[in-house]
Amino acid sequence: MSSRMRLRGLVRKEFLQIVRDPSSIAIAFLMPLFLLLLFGYGVSLDSKHLPLGIVVEQPSADTADFTAAFRHSTYFIPHDYATTRAAEQAMMAGRINAILVLRQDFAQRLRDNDGAPIQLIVNGVDANTARIVSGYVQGSWGIWLQHYAQQRGQEFQVPVDMQQRVWFNSELRSRNYLVPGLVAVIMTLIGALLTALVMAREWERGTMEALLVTPLSMREVIVGKLLPYFILGMGGLALSVAMALYLFEVPLRGSLWVLFAASALFLVAALGMGLLISTVARSQFVAGQLAIIATFLPAFILSGFIFDIGSMPPVVQFVTHLIAARYYVAILQTVFLAGNDWSVIVPNALALVAMAVVFLGLTWKKSRKRLE
Amino acid sequence: MLARIFALVLKEFRALLKDKRSRMVLIGPPLIQLMVFGYAATFDLKNVPFAVYNEDRGHTARELFAAFDGSPAFTKVAQITREGEIAPLIDSKQVLMVVHAGPNFSADLLAGRSAALQVIVDGRNSNTAMIVVNDVREIVSRYNIQWTHDHGGSPPPAHVETRAWFNPNLESRWFFLPGIVGILTLLVTMLVTALSVAREREQGTFDQLLVTPLRPVEILIGKTLPGFIIGMGEATVIVLAAVFWFKVPLVGGLITLYTGIFLFLLSGVGVGLMISSFAATQQQGLLGAFMFMVPGIILSGFATPIRNMPQLVQDITLLDPLRYFLVVLRGVFLEGTPFHLLLNQFWPMAAIGVVSLGIAGWLFRNRMY
Repeated sequence: MSSRMRLRGLVRKEFLQIVRDPSSIAIAFLMPLFLLLLFGYGVSLDSKHLPLGIVVEQPSADTADFTAAFRHSTYFIPHDYATTRAAEQAMMAGRINAILVLRQDFAQRLRDNDGAPIQLIVNGVDANTARIVSGYVQGSWGIWLQHYAQQRGQEFQVPVDMQQRVWFNSELRSRNYLVPGLVAVIMTLIGALLTALVMAREWERGTMEALLVTPLSMREVIVGKLLPYFILGMGGLALSVAMALYLFEVPLRGSLWVLFAASALFLVAALGMGLLISTVARSQFVAGQLAIIATFLPAFILSGFIFDIGSMPPVVQFVTHLIAARYYVAILQTVFLAGNDWSVIVPNALALVAMAVVFLGLTWKKSRKRLE
Repeated sequence: MLARIFALVLKEFRALLKDKRSRMVLIGPPLIQLMVFGYAATFDLKNVPFAVYNEDRGHTARELFAAFDGSPAFTKVAQITREGEIAPLIDSKQVLMVVHAGPNFSADLLAGRSAALQVIVDGRNSNTAMIVVNDVREIVSRYNIQWTHDHGGSPPPAHVETRAWFNPNLESRWFFLPGIVGILTLLVTMLVTALSVAREREQGTFDQLLVTPLRPVEILIGKTLPGFIIGMGEATVIVLAAVFWFKVPLVGGLITLYTGIFLFLLSGVGVGLMISSFAATQQQGLLGAFMFMVPGIILSGFATPIRNMPQLVQDITLLDPLRYFLVVLRGVFLEGTPFHLLLNQFWPMAAIGVVSLGIAGWLFRNRMY
């Protein structure tokens, strides 16, 4: 019997197993569908409608003029409070994120030399939202300054005027970067989930030994295990990419071929990690536990998907190099938003190749050792 | 009855801890992840590489660029002289930002006109880009105030004085660490419970358990307690590490904190056992664990605010126990929120726990293969 025929037989057997326990098909197709729908619509960093408490101690034309900017902004939902104390209580109870206070002497001190202080109290627990609130308030204040000067026939000019241009995602639509990142997280899950229990199950049931007394070599067994799940995984990927492009309207500025080639590399690495987990763990139970630990959270937190890798301490940056999703996120964000930039794609693709080789090599080595 | 339950709990512990690998998996990785994630999860930028493109001959622009380089958020890695150099630097990710002052920068500034400072940011990660833009705006506005002051300009008629409660330096690590406490506690409960019934079903030992005199309630207690005890122990270690290693202030009461941990473990263990007893194989159990854990974490408000989600998804998060636990953790750690203000977080966790445990107990007998 030729090697190709043996392999075909094994692949066929794996496919039959997949069809019998539909959870593999659910992993490949239902999971990306469900998770992308939920996250693509659900996750957003575009902060709008922030609840802002406004306290005006002595209402006047000046205060009304100042607060108008906040009342008509889409960034804030204004809540009025009579006293600072009432507003503070509302912030303690979590009903508002920040308080803007205009003191009694606001109108009067507006004409003083030092200018009137506007007090902004932010809830600093969510430091990021606090910064965003403070940035929006500064922005509204700047607009008001110009407006105020114009009303008095003066010209107001800031010394240095900052003009920002954000490349690749000019309107800072967070979905454009979250969806490619989510695809990477979901592909990590698919890859590892499909294979994490596969080898462990065979060892646990003793069928691996049965498989190995056949003329099949270990290499053929690994390829035979990999191939069906690879095909399933690529199907899941095609579904995810289609959703990203047509449902979430993320632009694809690079080519589809590069995207699929990089994804194929990543999928081999992710499946390889699953096989390695399966081989190291020896039992399905431990393999499942390892899969829970090693896949989702590292891909979510250490891949650069949410948190900037460059801002992490050097030791942690080093650890991120062990996470395959890191390279895939970099490729996906570039291919989707920037284009076929080879200076980003090539090094990251090579890293994925290296990871796939290491995972599969270790799987092969560990499996052979177990027989001795 | 107590003796029977005790024997079962003992057996469950043995099943979890007898294997050296399983023991290591339960204790080592969550603590390692605490260390790694504790440092990784921050939105405070550090050493963001940027390039300066300065066409101005005067020294005012140079002063401003020095302020950029002096900020811990930014590190200058290149100085360019042509516009054509911008794209390759950003495309290849060598720099995240280019700041550009045109030839008239100093002249405009000295003549009392607005001088334009162009900031070009890589938007591939739009969250980082947004933070970069915010940081730059702060530097520029500080520079503007100083410049106006130094050049005898009149100060603006009003100015904003910002004060941050609970986290005066707006350190985002203080926000994320309590979140990590929640995530890792969830992880541990999933590790202990999600596959436990599924394994016994697959191996056939669960049927044996069902024909013993043990009642489903007793089996339920036997399966719940290990997750509870291990979860409680690890949560305590993680809280201690957050306080003493990462120096996140813990200003609230321990009773409030532990009420939260207790109820969260109840709901986490409940959902884990429910998934596990629904699954016929460990593969299905694992799939179920991920289908709960992944949305449970991403939609919990850990990294992206629930407020930003569409209403439908916000309603779905009401089923997520982690959502409530994060409010408790952040409240107790940073704000010192008193017990009674957290009741609205406590009861949904208790309800999720009781309902899911009930379903798990029911499934023990009524789901047969």
